[in-house]
Parts: sequence; structure tokens; C-alpha cells
Amino acid sequence: MNFRLSEEHEMIRKMVRDFAENEVAPTAAERDEEERFDMDIFVKMAELGLTGIPWPEEYGGIGSDYLAYCIAVEELSRVCASTGVTLSAHTSLACWPLFKFGTEEQKQKYLRPMAEGSKIGAYGLTEPGSGSDAGGMRTTARLVGAHYILNGSKIFITNGGIADFYIVFALTNPNDKRSTTAFIIEKDFEGFAVGKKEKKLGIRSSPTTEIIFEDCKVPAENVLGEIGQGFKIAMMTLDGGRNGIAAQAVGIAQGALDAAIAYAKERKQFGKPIVENQGISFKLADMATSIEASRLLTYQAAWLESMGLPYGKESAMSKLMAGDTAMKVTTEAVQIFGGYGYTKDYPVERYMRDAKITQIYEGTQEIQRLVISRMIAK
Amino acid sequence: MRFQFTEEQLMMRNMVRDFAEKEIAPYVEKMEAGEFPREVLKKMGPLGLMGITVPEKYGGSEMDFTSYIIAIHEISKVSATLGVILSVHTSVGTNPIVYFGTEEQKQKFVSKLASGEYLGAFSLTEPNAGSDAANIKTRATRVDEHYRLNGTKAFVSNGGEADLYIVFAVTDPSAGSRGVTAFIVEKDTPGLIIGKDEKKMGLHGSRTVQLTFEDAPVPVENRLGEEGEGFKIALSNLNIGRIGIAAQALGIAEAAFEVAVKYAGERKQFGKPIAEQQGIAFKLSDMATAVESSRLLVYQAADLWGKGIPCAKEASMAKLFASKTAVEVATEALQVFGGYGYTKDYPVERYFRDAKITEIYEGTSEIQRIVIAKHLLK
Repeated sequence: MNFRLSEEHEMIRKMVRDFAENEVAPTAAERDEEERFDMDIFVKMAELGLTGIPWPEEYGGIGSDYLAYCIAVEELSRVCASTGVTLSAHTSLACWPLFKFGTEEQKQKYLRPMAEGSKIGAYGLTEPGSGSDAGGMRTTARLVGAHYILNGSKIFITNGGIADFYIVFALTNPNDKRSTTAFIIEKDFEGFAVGKKEKKLGIRSSPTTEIIFEDCKVPAENVLGEIGQGFKIAMMTLDGGRNGIAAQAVGIAQGALDAAIAYAKERKQFGKPIVENQGISFKLADMATSIEASRLLTYQAAWLESMGLPYGKESAMSKLMAGDTAMKVTTEAVQIFGGYGYTKDYPVERYMRDAKITQIYEGTQEIQRLVISRMIAK
Repeated sequence: MRFQFTEEQLMMRNMVRDFAEKEIAPYVEKMEAGEFPREVLKKMGPLGLMGITVPEKYGGSEMDFTSYIIAIHEISKVSATLGVILSVHTSVGTNPIVYFGTEEQKQKFVSKLASGEYLGAFSLTEPNAGSDAANIKTRATRVDEHYRLNGTKAFVSNGGEADLYIVFAVTDPSAGSRGVTAFIVEKDTPGLIIGKDEKKMGLHGSRTVQLTFEDAPVPVENRLGEEGEGFKIALSNLNIGRIGIAAQALGIAEAAFEVAVKYAGERKQFGKPIAEQQGIAFKLSDMATAVESSRLLVYQAADLWGKGIPCAKEASMAKLFASKTAVEVATEALQVFGGYGYTKDYPVERYFRDAKITEIYEGTSEIQRIVIAKHLLK
């Protein structure tokens, strides 16, 4: 075993941390308040190569691995969880299935510009009546000549409205779940529209929208993988996506802990810094320990994936542990700040609001437990 | 990073698993009845398990620290009693001599400890000096070529069975913690009295005794290190001891988790295995995630220690998290077994009893939090 990060990974961490602190953090509170996505930040991430970390150079990436990608999401989320999820959805949910299942033409046409960061990706699986039960989807794709005609709507689409390409799942036979098929949709396709933008508790500078298909014409060559392979693609994509969200959760928790430590050292009550009370310092110790465990689970799953080893159980564990840790740690951080923590003058209330989503998306905690329980019963 | 064992480490694991199954498991009943596993220890010597990290020139196996932790982990899965006997013998009974002993002391004692001819023990705690170890009162007074020891030590693991004890006593009462000196005390020393044998909740078959020194003469050549270096010696071994107990806790938790999974898959109520109820399945998933988190924290600390990288924070995190997990997982495992779990027909009540001590010895969980908090505030 070796628990030390390689020099390459340490360099990526340092580079992303510098970028996050200098370019992302200063506007994080304001973007949250205004629910504003900042394209400049994405463009700068592209310049640094962050939009294509795990992909080979031939597809526009920087040829690193999933561990480096997780470190990047963690560091971005440490200052701004919205920016973290923008990158996570782009990489794990849009680029990943293209890399795994795309044809060479599809990779060149869609993966390359996304990896280079000139285009943004998104993923459309969830529907109003089909959340955790993804098999209950109703969006259809009917083959007419050389096109599939898509009808239906998808909700809770991260990067909705800002994305150029969407990986979308639809039934080629409305009466057969096994006909679920993945499609690559361009935002300019006829019949594609971006619907309602959600107002959210947290990750407010990451847009979440509905996307609507009204006789949307998709060329047959934009089928991703095989007809009927969609459910498998969707589930496999989420396996890795989970790990990205675990990294986001670790980052949020670390950001909250760092803020809480700094505050607890400064804030004086009863004539001494509050951190000199065990009621506070023990809380910090527990928070740091849970974060360390979450980080190790996250890096382990990323490492396994990079090595080509099975990682489904480990990524579900990383998301379960890190999501719960983020919620708990951010709640405690607000507590340490007391009344000030409840105000927008400090970042911890934002961290607490942002943390909650990590227990919900990319498979709720309950779905993670279901996944893990099936694996351990084997 | 590399989240896999090396070939050598895997061989160690397989060897220990095999040994634990064949030689330790059949002995558990006797230990539960109070018998000290002298016979099992005799078999562990020739396998090299009594001196795993000790250099070959002193009769040890000269393997890495992670291999030693693997042994504690795997042995504790079958018997936490043997886990603690081995951990005390090695971490705090042998290592201080390896690190601080003179060449003569190493030749004389370490080779016997490493071969299993001698069993080691460690004696720091006193009735009124537990977590506050600097407050010990046992005195050592130099009289010609001997020190005369007087005082009482409490909770000495392996006491009454050990062939030698590393004992801490005050040589200069005016110097506080810098007035503490370490001694190698052999069991036949006149004036060394084995006192009360503790009746314990768990770890049956291991011995925990009070030691009293009444003018016990210890030759000057058995002083370990210099006068006043005792506290430094005690502290330097804390990390090793903590990681060892964290590994013991990990073994207990893993064992409890595994029997719970097996039982839940077999036990039928309402016409199906109870594992198919989410109330049970989700419990098992949480247990699995906590055990995996502990495993990573324990092996991270072991890896760092083995490489000579400072790891006090990581060791305390491993101990804190793994011991908490052991208590929680053993409690939940017993719950999964229902009424049967409360009986001696199944091993879960033993895991439940054994788990609790891991939150107490080698530094309570509260002490671990103090250590972690100190590092966070640096």
C-alpha cells in the first residue's frame, strides 16, 4: 500500500487550489446570491486543462487520471461547490459515457471539444416521474428515416441551458424498458428547448433546468452505444459520477472545516479563544477525522477506476460517507460560528446549503445503501 | 497512491488468516473461560509473529510495519484477546528496547522477545495517572548499581504472564515529566508483586493486573535510555500502540460485520431473508462503509509510520474512528442477530464486549481528539 499522492497529483492539487482561491473564491458568495453562472471561470478552467483531466490527449484531454480529476473537483468545491459540480457533471456525466461508449467519430466530434473546454456537457436521465427509479422513464425516441424523433422532458439537468451537448436517455419502444437508448443531443437541434430553471437551496450558481423534446430531430448516428444499451450506460455513468460528487462533498466539508478552525482560533468568549474549550476542539477533531475517512474512500474509488479495477461498491461508499460527512461538518461549522454563521457575512451557511445536495443527486444516500447492500450480499 | 497490498503483505495476510483459523479459532472457547493462550503464543513464535518488525539480527522477521498491522488486524478478527496480547508484546513491550536499548539490552532481551521465548509488557498507567501520564508517582531511587522501585501500577496488559515489563518511574520528582525514567524489569525481580487480576467486560483470556513494587531492585544496566528520557520513550511508542489498537478495532468490526451479513442472508422472517428488508440491508451498508473507512485510516497510518513520515494526527484519527466503528458495528451486528445475538451461542456478544476497550486503552477517544485538535490548530 502507498497512501502518498504522486508528485503529479500534488502539482494538480496545488494548481487547482491556487486557481480556486484566486479566481473562483472571490465571487462565490455573490454568484450564489445572484444565482449566476460565470462563463469566464469555465473558460479559465479550460485554459488550465481542467475540463479534460482524465482523457487522452488525442481526445483533447491532458492524459491524467480519475484521481487527479477528483482532486480538482475537491479543490474547486472547497471554495465553491457550484463550480465543482459544473466540472463534475461535465466530466463524469457527459464526457465519460462518450469516452467509454462513443465511436471514434463521436469522440472527435463531441468529446474533444468538451475535453478542450470549448463546449460544455450535460446529462439527462431524470424525469418528473422517474428519479431513483430510472427505469420508469417516459421520454421516447421514434426512428423516422435517418433520424430519431424524441419526445418528452427531463428535469434537474445540471449545466442545463449552458451546455452545448447533452447525453439523453429515451425509450425506442415506449412499451419496453429494455429499449432505453442513449443519445447525443446538440443544443441547436430542432425541437430541443431549455425549460424552467430551478430555484434552489444551494449550488445556486450552477444552473439546473428542465430540458424539453418536442419532435426533436436527432441523427441516427448520434445514438451512443447500442440501441437498448442505454440503461447500462446510464448506470455505469452514475457509478463514476458518484465519485465526482464524493469529491465535491469532501471539498465542501474541508472548506467548512478550514473556516471553522480559523474562526474558532480568533473568536474569544470567557476570556479565551473558543477553540480552547473541548466542546469546540473535539468537534473539530471529529469533523477532521470524518473528512479524512471520506477523502480516502474517494481517492480509493478513483484509483481503482484509474487502474481498470471494479469500483462500483467503493464509489457508492465514498458518496455515502462523504455526503453525510459534508452535511454533518457544515452543520457543525455553522454551529461553531454561532449567530454569525447564520448570516451571509460568512461562507458557512452557503457550505451548509450546498452540502445537502450531495446527499441527493447522483443517487440518493438511500440508493447508495441499496447498491452497497447488493454488493455485500454477493 | 496504491490501494493494494504488496505480494509480501498478501503472503503475510494469508499466513495469518490460515493460522488464526486453524490454531486460534479452536482456542477461543478456552480463552472465554479465562485461560491465557500460552499454547497459541508458543506456536506464533516459530512463525515469526512475535517479532514481525524486529531486525533479523535480533531474531525478528524484519518485515514492514504494514505487515505487522495486517497480523494484528487478522488475528483480532478471530480473537481480540490474542490481538491485544500481540499488540502489547510488540508495540510497547518490545519496540522501546529496539529503539532505545543498548546493544547489550537488545542482544539479551529483544532476541528472546522476537522468538516468543519471552512475552513483553508495558507499565505506565497508575491508579491516579491515566490519561494524565506525566503525573505518575512510582519512584526509582538509585542505590549503588541498582535502582529501587516503589509504587503501584494499574491495568498492566499481559501482567502476570510477561517475562519482562517496560516500567516507568520517577527518578527526579522535581523535574516533572522530564524526571521520568524507563526500566526493563524482569519478572523474577524481588519486590515485584503481581496484584489484583482485573475481571473485565471483554478480552477474556488476556490478563490485566495491578503491579506493586516494594523496594524492587533493578540493575542499572536495565535502565532503558538515560535518566529523564522515560516520558520521551513512552510518547515515541504511542503512535505504534495506537495504530495497533486501531487495527484490533478494525478486526473486531470486520468480524462482527461479516457474521451479521451471513446471518441476515440466512435468517428468514415474514417469508424472506431479513437481509431483504431495507431496515437491515441499509444497516449493513452503513456498517460496511464504516468498516471500509476504518480500514483505509488504519492502513494509511501504518503506511506513514512505516515510511518514517510524521503521523501522530493520522494515527489518532485511525484509533478514534476505528474504535468508534468497532463499538457501533458490533452493537448493530448484535441487533441484527436479535435474541440469538444476546446469547453465547453466537460470537457477536463477544465482539460487542471486546469492542468497548478499544475506545479506552492506548489513549481514550477523548485523548485522541486532543491530539487531533492540536494538529489542526498548528
